[in-house]
Amino acid sequence: MALLNQEQKTIHFLNRVSFGATQEEIEKVTRMGISAYLEEQLRPERIPDPLVEEKLARLKTVRLSSKDLLELYPPPNQAKARGVQIDPMQTPRYVIFELQQAKLLRAVYSQRQLYEVMVDFWTNHFNVFAAKGADRWLVTSYDRDTIRPHALGKFKDLLLATAQSPAMLFYLDNWMSVSPDAAVRPVRTNGKPPARQGINENYARELMELHTLGVDGGYTQKDVEEVARCFTGWTIRHPRGEPEFRFEPRTHDRGEKIILGTKIHEGGMEDGVKVVDLLARHSSTARFIATKLVRRFVADDLPSSLVTRAAEVFLQSDGDIKAVVHAIVSAPEFYSPQAFGAKVKKPLEFVASALRTLGAETDASPPLLRYLVRMGEPLFLAQPPTGFPDVGSTWVSPDMLLARMNFVADLASNRIPGTSAKAEENLTLLLAAPEFQRR
Amino acid sequence: MDFSRRLFLKTASFGLLALGMPPSFLVRAAEGEKGKWGKVLVVVFQRGGMDGLNAVIPFKDRSYYSLRPSIAIPEPASGEERAIDLDGFYGLHPALAPLKSLFNKGRLAVIHATGSPDNTRSHFDAQDYMELGTPGIKGTPDGWLNRLLTEKRSEENPFRAVALTQRLPRILAGSSPALTMTSIEEFRLRNALLAPTLEKLYLNVKEPLLRQAGENMFEAMKILRRMEATLPPAASDGYPNGRFGASLKQISRLVRANIGLEIAFTEIEGWDTHVNQGGAAGTMANRLKDLAEGLSAFDRDLGDRMEDVVLITLSEFGRTVRENGNRGTDHGHANVMFVLGGKVKGSKVYGRWPGLEPELLYEGRDLNLTTDFRAVCGEVLSRHIGQKDLSKVFPGYKFPSRPLGLIA
Repeated sequence: MALLNQEQKTIHFLNRVSFGATQEEIEKVTRMGISAYLEEQLRPERIPDPLVEEKLARLKTVRLSSKDLLELYPPPNQAKARGVQIDPMQTPRYVIFELQQAKLLRAVYSQRQLYEVMVDFWTNHFNVFAAKGADRWLVTSYDRDTIRPHALGKFKDLLLATAQSPAMLFYLDNWMSVSPDAAVRPVRTNGKPPARQGINENYARELMELHTLGVDGGYTQKDVEEVARCFTGWTIRHPRGEPEFRFEPRTHDRGEKIILGTKIHEGGMEDGVKVVDLLARHSSTARFIATKLVRRFVADDLPSSLVTRAAEVFLQSDGDIKAVVHAIVSAPEFYSPQAFGAKVKKPLEFVASALRTLGAETDASPPLLRYLVRMGEPLFLAQPPTGFPDVGSTWVSPDMLLARMNFVADLASNRIPGTSAKAEENLTLLLAAPEFQRR
Repeated sequence: MDFSRRLFLKTASFGLLALGMPPSFLVRAAEGEKGKWGKVLVVVFQRGGMDGLNAVIPFKDRSYYSLRPSIAIPEPASGEERAIDLDGFYGLHPALAPLKSLFNKGRLAVIHATGSPDNTRSHFDAQDYMELGTPGIKGTPDGWLNRLLTEKRSEENPFRAVALTQRLPRILAGSSPALTMTSIEEFRLRNALLAPTLEKLYLNVKEPLLRQAGENMFEAMKILRRMEATLPPAASDGYPNGRFGASLKQISRLVRANIGLEIAFTEIEGWDTHVNQGGAAGTMANRLKDLAEGLSAFDRDLGDRMEDVVLITLSEFGRTVRENGNRGTDHGHANVMFVLGGKVKGSKVYGRWPGLEPELLYEGRDLNLTTDFRAVCGEVLSRHIGQKDLSKVFPGYKFPSRPLGLIA
């Protein structure tokens, strides 16, 4: 295979660091050069983004605190009990709609494309299922206050932020995990016998398997139990009243723990902080995060040389996400002919890139969001803690392919309320063609 | 056969001949009218790890009650919210009540302390191992249902294997084509004019992922549109609301359409009950109710056709024997499987009970495994499907010398 020419390089680069190359960005990169453009994208705080701000201004819920959301968007049955007329625009469902809308609008319109790509990456890496109980009111803040501030920061800070986020504490049940010999007596509810006191392993396991070390990262069942003990007492003040992180010393297991051979006896909340620190700096974590980033930016068929280098950068830079991303998208493997068009677009990438290609006008309202559901990617609604797998075979099946074609057909004939595009038939065909399913 | 149906078959096969496609499925459909139907295997995957100990309760094992103070299901006696006695030792969860009559009629078999022998407690790995059919080995390139398809070598037809899911599950991934479809009615292109050009584009694409999916999709669409008029209607009631019930309803419709279906797959989520899984009522009870109502509606809907159908349930692992601190259970080991069908030797709970005393537990905490899931599946494949060489489907597995005797 021949090496990529300059134009191919530009398009390839843009297709990987954004939600789809546009004519405008291609011209910009041609003008500035790839390297200068990348430096700019890695400092999103310096890039003005007025169009997105204007579009997001219409979404009320994305700026509200979890507490306010709970009050203003109560569950329909609660509103009913209070005798209040249910307004569909005042339900938790609506909160999730606006969250999805904001994400799609940013993917289509933001100038900070690489940043949005990374926010999407970490949202999926630290997946929280937004429809699980109280998480309906917690994921708005999770996106805004936990993921977004650290998406291009230090991995350790991001990991700690997720560990202390009410959304994650609720999703993976850690908020209820208590020491077997906790000082507080269990509460008797509904006349049922009290539950046994004890740890809940859910978060501890996924923290190591999915967030840091990876399933083959070298931990044991014993480590899972010990990590769970360290995180006892990491809880939520009240998930449906005061949804804030709180450390509860009375339910914390004060005994000594040994994790991956390291003794942990910091006492109190520091036990968990120490675990985060230990895991964030672990070589298995470096390898696991490097693998996932290379898979996102380069190919499903991983160039192992690049994974090794990216893992080294991760360790040397103390988990600096910017440095790792920079190393990956500047590498020769990134521009290899094998990497060109090697990734299947996931539905969000496909829809956003189609809209960007056509220069479409959209409010990203539910009629458009429904297509993402049909294609298999309901935003913020992956139920398992793994999130959505980032390999092509996940997104290509007869049913999902048909959903993509029907999206294009409806887009071309302007049958999607809230979204309009001028498209001629040959352009429609182009968007439904096999080549456009790849990036 | 009535006149209009015969006419349809004739016209439809002309259309297909013109396209150069073998009208084998129509031949089969016509044979179907004479009562010669193919065998169908249905696999239901319960994602998240079902708590088998609360689905089929070993009520005579006293450790069960001491280890589960708040979530145990009371032993059978008169009154509701108690286990439903199966054989004096095991009882069904009360939410599984619809399965009791299937068990009594000898159509439903239960296998306890079964599953995958690998000790992983990762959902992802455990599901992969079970779907690839090679516990402990991740590199296996295809799922075991796909290997079965390859082995059977029947004539090409996109409806041979259908997953009623959006995504193609690992269990069906591999070199033999398989279809995914979430709705028969909606499986159509909304701008039919685009179809011919798009089909050409997809058939000519080099890489197999998009080509296979595209080819299968266009072919299936054509067949469905031709057969639409004669597709038997969906059953109107009995199935539970929601995706699981809807998917079983569609599978039944495809079976009754004699469209050449050999393997069907569907899944039911929500078994990862770490918190407040409930006892006789609650979160898990609701999932069990969905499962039981779905299976019993499916059996009723298919009626006599169940003679040709075997349905197997799988779930990646069972759950801890002890309940955790939150009235839930964490990831465990062995589990329960159900096998349903007209030719199933039901009315029996198969498998040796390993016991729940502390020294008998797997890694000191979980139910031990006494029957490998491959032994159960393999037996169904050989006795129901007629698959002779099981080593092609489950490579590296040494089957037990004595079969369980699940299929008549």
